[in-house]
Amino acid sequence: MSSDYEFSDNEGDYYDSDEMMDFQNDDQDEDDMEMDDYNDDFKISTGSKRKSYEVDHTSLSQTSVEKSMKDDVDHICGILGVEPAAAALLLRHQGWNKELLIERYMDDPAKVLVDSGAAVQEPARDSTSIRTHSVDKFAAGPSSRRATRSSSKLLSSLTSPTRSSAQKYISSPTASASKSRKDAKSSEEPESFVCPICFDDSLELKQIALDCGHSACSGCWNAYTISKIRDEGEHCIRCMTEGCAIVAPDDFVHNILVSDAAPDSDTTENLVAWTRFQEILVRNFVSSNPKLKFCPYPGCTNTVSCPSAASKSVLTSMVPIVSCGAKGIPGSVKDKNAASSASSSGSSNSFYDKEHVFCFGCPIESDHRPVVCGVARLWLKKCEDDSETANWIKSNTKECSKCQSTIEKNGGCNHMTCKKCKYEFCWVCMGPWTEHGTAWYSCNRYDEKGGVEARDAQSRSRASLERYLHYYNRWANHEQSAKLSVELYAKTEKKMEDMQITSELTWIEVQFMKKAVEEVEKCRMTLKWTYAMAYYLARGNEKDLFEDNQRDLEKAVEDLSELLESPIETENIPMLRQKVTDKTVYVQKRNEIVLEDTATGFQDGRWRWNVSVDGFEEPLEEVRVD
Amino acid sequence: MAIKRINKELLDLGRDPPSSCSAGPVQGGGDRANDMFRWQATIMGPSDSPYAGGVFFLSILFPTDYPFKPPKVSFTTKIYHPNINANGSICLDILRDQWSPALTISKVLLSICSMLTDPNPDDPLVPDIAHLYKTDRERYEATAREWTRKYAMQ
Repeated sequence: MSSDYEFSDNEGDYYDSDEMMDFQNDDQDEDDMEMDDYNDDFKISTGSKRKSYEVDHTSLSQTSVEKSMKDDVDHICGILGVEPAAAALLLRHQGWNKELLIERYMDDPAKVLVDSGAAVQEPARDSTSIRTHSVDKFAAGPSSRRATRSSSKLLSSLTSPTRSSAQKYISSPTASASKSRKDAKSSEEPESFVCPICFDDSLELKQIALDCGHSACSGCWNAYTISKIRDEGEHCIRCMTEGCAIVAPDDFVHNILVSDAAPDSDTTENLVAWTRFQEILVRNFVSSNPKLKFCPYPGCTNTVSCPSAASKSVLTSMVPIVSCGAKGIPGSVKDKNAASSASSSGSSNSFYDKEHVFCFGCPIESDHRPVVCGVARLWLKKCEDDSETANWIKSNTKECSKCQSTIEKNGGCNHMTCKKCKYEFCWVCMGPWTEHGTAWYSCNRYDEKGGVEARDAQSRSRASLERYLHYYNRWANHEQSAKLSVELYAKTEKKMEDMQITSELTWIEVQFMKKAVEEVEKCRMTLKWTYAMAYYLARGNEKDLFEDNQRDLEKAVEDLSELLESPIETENIPMLRQKVTDKTVYVQKRNEIVLEDTATGFQDGRWRWNVSVDGFEEPLEEVRVD
Repeated sequence: MAIKRINKELLDLGRDPPSSCSAGPVQGGGDRANDMFRWQATIMGPSDSPYAGGVFFLSILFPTDYPFKPPKVSFTTKIYHPNINANGSICLDILRDQWSPALTISKVLLSICSMLTDPNPDDPLVPDIAHLYKTDRERYEATAREWTRKYAMQ
């Protein structure tokens, strides 16, 4: 087996493999090693230099995100001298902005604590917290009044209404706080307790309350917490009492759902809710941090950190396509083991285990290189609005030659009156109708001035439609072909098996087919987006060069595609192998050239658009296309 | 759980009825006869508002996970109000995100009463009425009185 070809291993290059490895789980590592082994044909050690169309990023598992959350919490604990539960609530309330939190806390600690739900509100401020339409005037009904009274009794031992002592309570060590919470929980009421939520008064009812002391039975707390987590995806679970802003700390939620759940509650449901709660917390942390983004693939819990794409302004000069390192969609096989189990068993699954590639800068869940986020979004929006409709409009309608409204003729004579501008015209020649009812009627004659002008306007609008459809059809075609690649995979697999039988090649040696198919799919994705880019590129040399590159890549991809579809005969397998391998290398090179050139263009600010795109210069008037 | 709580609320409403409001399960034949999750309520227009003298009917629908989810409350009587639209939907925070399981139907009705007296034009459901309320209070009151006379007095 020879390794004559000088090119880098694509497998790793799309993300910066050397940096990625540290963060991937072990399965993943092994998997990549295996791939490297049988990919000998294509394996040339990669230079660690990053390509200009790639972006540094790291993948974090849920556990490591949780760890960095904990680090932040500990950091705040150390600085502000609050207990971890309170620090977590403070951070969540301030969107994990530590600097802002510290600043605000230094200004008015009590207010920050109360606002984030970590401390009980001072009685003097009570009425201001209720934001309903003067509901406080009426709302203090008998039951809540009772609750408030009993709570103040409980609270008197915990907090006195002055600011300093509220602070003192919060900053007291964990042990005493949780102890006092326990006290509140198990405190025995002299009379029988009636839960203010479900009005149950049975004796075995367990009372639970947060630091505010508003008691409810454990069953209600359980149902309430589950409903908040499951139905509303809420991480901030407030006290059930109206107007009470105290938020349940994490260990309280854990108690309610897991360690101390109500006896009649559904254990599975509880565990599901607890897991979901942890996910929600991570999600909240990730979404507050511009340097982090959640992997959008279904069921994936990884997070990608990409500090270089954290601000919106860099999105005009780079396309931050990242990968979380995981592959496949969890379901049949369990999440992280999916990749390794599939490839180690050598089953066809490995073909379907798509890498989780997505854009860090925008919501597009696939690789939209080479085009930048703004333009890609513009294009998708246009396609959403236009494609199918445009096709129909093209074949069924004409435009009013005065106001350009689109008109469908569904019957009647050729004397048309535009509904919008009341312009009367002839459907056949598109000229004004006034000339039709008179002596100089000449619709049958070809070149009439009015008609020509109208047809001009129409042909202009048709031309812009044609232009759009030109790009759209090619775009859609590549997308379709990329989708069909699943079929191609299956076919290729069959071919690979055939080859093993008919020739002396081993399974490992026929991997060149798989590699080729993967390359084709990857390039089709690039090609697809080049059409979106070309549609918006302003006319000029730059665009010509771009389209040249695009043409070369497209040609190469189609050639390789054809080669893959060709029938296999035993005698020409070595030749086929040679050809496919050659072509794959070539295609890969062409793809890199397109990506490289476009990426450098963005970095240099070389590209000009024919429409206005956020963050770019406005287009020159003459290149603007409607 | 929900049914016990709803029964208790009904009992409390009977024992200690709030002034100017009443509520109870829909009385009707057929299958719906004993549906405790479907209530009807009435509110007397507050005397210090343009709705004075009117009797407004509301429908209340309890979700199965009541009280952890807010009840669905809407007017069935037409009313001219910045926070109530033509379908009778009410824009009130405690019926949405500010709902608390400790709230009861009685408190909700009282809140609606107070909303009739003091509309919240800064968070309007019907922007036109809110605009009128802010700019030409007299005309707003006249229209509200007119609607009350037309739709809420029999």
